[in-house]
Amino acid sequence: MRATVLVRPKPGILDPQGAAVENALEHLGFAVGGARVGKVVDLELDTADEAAARAEVEKMCEQLLANPLIESYEIELHG
Amino acid sequence: MAEPQPRIGVVTYPGSNDDHDALWALAALDAEAVPVWHEEPELPKLDAVVLPGGFSYGDYLRCGAIARFSPATAAVCAFAEAGGLVLGICNGFQVLCEAGLLPGALLQNASLRFVCRDVPLRVERADTPFTSRCETGATLVIPVKHGDGRYVPPPDLDSAQVVLRYLENPNGSTDDIAAVCNERGNVLGLMPHPEHAVDPLLGSADGALMLASLVDAARESLLVRTARVVRAHQHAQQPV
Repeated sequence: MRATVLVRPKPGILDPQGAAVENALEHLGFAVGGARVGKVVDLELDTADEAAARAEVEKMCEQLLANPLIESYEIELHG
Repeated sequence: MAEPQPRIGVVTYPGSNDDHDALWALAALDAEAVPVWHEEPELPKLDAVVLPGGFSYGDYLRCGAIARFSPATAAVCAFAEAGGLVLGICNGFQVLCEAGLLPGALLQNASLRFVCRDVPLRVERADTPFTSRCETGATLVIPVKHGDGRYVPPPDLDSAQVVLRYLENPNGSTDDIAAVCNERGNVLGLMPHPEHAVDPLLGSADGALMLASLVDAARESLLVRTARVVRAHQHAQQPV
């Protein structure tokens, strides 16, 4: 089973990288109402059990992949 | 009698690059500076530990996030929990935050630029083991050099834990916070580099005030430790 973890800066946390991206898009003529930049982590997991996989990846997020003070995370599982 | 020399360890992670400056500065301030390799699961006998600046593990994922899991960091956490003195400078500050020894997190500078310059700082507290040679309200000039130094405190940070504030905020840190300590006061982290400001030839010697404070406090804890050993020894020698 594969998992994708999306890590985002939490609302309220200043994201200067997102602001720079927004600015650059506006320079290119795109109308953008906001941009935030996060991270994607793709994982290959040994298990085929979805509940077990989710529980395992949650632990990975809590312990390493995201810093709960500044980042939120979202887990997507792919069969 | 010569004053006893406290032993202060400096941890080297893969990617640390200010470890030798820290070792040099501590030795110049009359401590016995002891290099500690990141793979060591136990610390040698030490009176204080410094986590130096640099880019441990390439700053991958988040600054300090990987170094937090190295064997030496676990030993430093145990040392701090036992009341040991721990100073984290720049990347060392990031490691201490990731390890949960200090509150908060350090993010990319608001300017998105790496800053490298001398900054004036106000001493908010002179009653810590890291600032005892300073005066509250005094200004210290110490250089910063970082790309990820924007301090974000937890919502419940006690302002009494703020030890230094920037007079000119170089990175967008909340409330101009430059240095924080834990509630107990034995662990401190800061983004500026006191080890780069220990001689007027380097532009400032204000960093030496902080490191000499640490050496004083480490010497104090060495004396307490020695007295305890002597007492235990005397006790063991008493006839039953």
